[in-house]
Amino acid sequence: MASPHPPLLLKNGRVIDPVSGTDKRCAILVADGRIAGTGKQFRASSLPAGARTIDLKGKWLCPGFIDMHVHLREPGEEYKETIASGARAAAAGGFTAVACMPNTRPVNDCATVTALILEQARHAPARVYPVGAISQGSRGEALAEYGELKKAGAVAVSDDGRPVTNGQLMRRALEYAGNFGLRIISHAEDLGLSGVGVMNEGDLSTRLGLRGIPRPAEDIMVYRDISLACYTRRPIHIAHVSTKETVALIRWAKANGCQVTAETAPHYFTLTEEAIGKYNTLAKMNPPLRTLEDVAAIKAGLADGTIDAIASDHAPHSPLEKEVEFDLAANGIIGLETAVPLALELVRAGVLTEARLVELFSVNPARILGVEGGTLAEGARADLTVIDPARKFVYTRDMVVSRSANTPFLGQTFHGKAVLTIVDGMITHSEL
Amino acid sequence: MTMEAAHRFPHKHLLSLEDLSRDDIGLVLSVAASLKEISTRSIKKVPTLRGKTVINLFFEPSTRTRLSFEIAAKRMSADTYNIAAATSSARKGESLVDTARNLAAMAPDVIVIRHACSGTPQLLTNHIDASVINAGDGAHEHPSQGLLDLMTVQEHKGRIAGLTVAIIGDIAHSRVAHSNIIGFTKMGARVRVAGPATLIPPGIARLGAQVCSTMHKAVDNADVVMALRIQTERQNESLVPSLREYARFFGISSRTIAAAKPDAIIMHPGPINRGVELDPALADGPRSVILEQVTNGVAVRMALLYLIMGGN
Repeated sequence: MASPHPPLLLKNGRVIDPVSGTDKRCAILVADGRIAGTGKQFRASSLPAGARTIDLKGKWLCPGFIDMHVHLREPGEEYKETIASGARAAAAGGFTAVACMPNTRPVNDCATVTALILEQARHAPARVYPVGAISQGSRGEALAEYGELKKAGAVAVSDDGRPVTNGQLMRRALEYAGNFGLRIISHAEDLGLSGVGVMNEGDLSTRLGLRGIPRPAEDIMVYRDISLACYTRRPIHIAHVSTKETVALIRWAKANGCQVTAETAPHYFTLTEEAIGKYNTLAKMNPPLRTLEDVAAIKAGLADGTIDAIASDHAPHSPLEKEVEFDLAANGIIGLETAVPLALELVRAGVLTEARLVELFSVNPARILGVEGGTLAEGARADLTVIDPARKFVYTRDMVVSRSANTPFLGQTFHGKAVLTIVDGMITHSEL
Repeated sequence: MTMEAAHRFPHKHLLSLEDLSRDDIGLVLSVAASLKEISTRSIKKVPTLRGKTVINLFFEPSTRTRLSFEIAAKRMSADTYNIAAATSSARKGESLVDTARNLAAMAPDVIVIRHACSGTPQLLTNHIDASVINAGDGAHEHPSQGLLDLMTVQEHKGRIAGLTVAIIGDIAHSRVAHSNIIGFTKMGARVRVAGPATLIPPGIARLGAQVCSTMHKAVDNADVVMALRIQTERQNESLVPSLREYARFFGISSRTIAAAKPDAIIMHPGPINRGVELDPALADGPRSVILEQVTNGVAVRMALLYLIMGGN
């Protein structure tokens, strides 16, 4: 994607680069899609011809944010989202890259679908990293072709949306994925326990007369996957952590040397089941929103390194799937445009440092997926996210860039957002 | 018709007993008590709701409740229409919201809805102008049943406050149990529940019920014993091993009832699985008020239609 775009001098910003331990005001020069230099000052004479200067006073300049868990719905459900519209939403939300889950129609379980996704993403304003399926058709029966998927461009494998119910298949997946350096991303759920549940099981589910999903439905499978990862000595990544018990399990596993990483979504550290109110389907997701105790545990896990990444689990749905009976409504909400503002609330509240925020959104997702990024070192690819921590805004329907607007955060006031997104040295989104 | 207008009914819809205050419930019961007499006349009709339109929109099979609403509306001279829609056809074709909008376009005054999914009456209110009465939604509530149960107890005991009510059986899936727990505790009664632990949901104590580990503890010295229908289709979910075992350990028999007060009444929301949750001899015996519940159902629904359609 090397470009004819003019070199950029990004000056006066607070440069936050946890890998090098940098957190200071300085300038960064971008040329030919790469970081050409970092310094206190650049003399005009030393700038390449045609360089454009952008003043980032009061803003944070970070390595590009990567949302490692999104649903782009293409192929198959383009009325909800397309790769192009999803990538625009990503850029608007401050993401330079996204990893898209394979539960499309057809499922991305082969090189052909992976190649199609990458072809559709060629001119998109964000990098799109396809995640292949663990099993053929995500049916949980037979392994997908990891070698072919990897060669076509898949960065990880997951049956997200469905758990791998058969422990033996998960074990074989962990082993075989090792041959190709693909990480397994686990959607941990015991389907027998979650059953026909539609929300967290507890006082509120009883009061609303809705079937509950008990917390062990997640915890049991997380333990199974940790156990298999330890046994096979392979890394595993736990998607969308929602319970305090899962946080504790992952903390324990890490302390015992297991190669486990984990992500959570902004709604799990922001909302509780109370958001369902009077059967609001915009608060229906899987795993379900839990309780204040879980929110507290997840925040602690984000702060102390137990949870490695924040990923939006961006799940676009149209009113056809959401303006229906609660039991019948689809799970999930869009999140690309609210992930950074919601995480910035944790920085404002003193839960996360700025550097930790960058680790969660950039350094760790790049490391977990094994993709370039997460650094501002000279020579690194110029994927950059600029945050204005003081930008106050109300998130309205008109602002939504995604093709769908299924989010409980419409109307909410946020303090801080990504205001400039740069991919390969090109500006993909700007509201400076 | 004159009513004691000490308290005005402030609700456009009836979605749950949780939404009603003690005064609201008292008003419904007193209006129902005065309207009950109409059903004993030779000409069982008053013109009060002439020109009003009531649609019964039932997505689940129902005989008693649907007919009760229909008779109630007709005795008040409202025009009634019944729509029996299968949930499955709604899944395939028109969405519930579209169905509701189409009905609303024909300008009904009240839509009475029953649906297998909890919260569906609430969903309807978000999209239409008509009043909505919940005739049972999933495992959430069945408020008119709760009200008719309160009325029946009030008639027999002269009060509700201070009574002990034992509700036995499938509390987890029973909207009747939920409305009754809320209604009786709101009116000052003590509610105890008992049944197989697999059918006692978490957090039921938060609704106001005391969970008893044995049938005896629940029924001990109770003024009211209510059996709930065991839904036979639940057996597939491994909630109870067999109806035979259920009947033996959780069915209400003369032995169970011996622990209750001598003048305790026996209730059941119907339809009864005779010999499973309730001994047939008790269902037909002198303590049973089961058919009075049905009679009062019409009066309570007349009162609700009257109060909701501006009868203040």
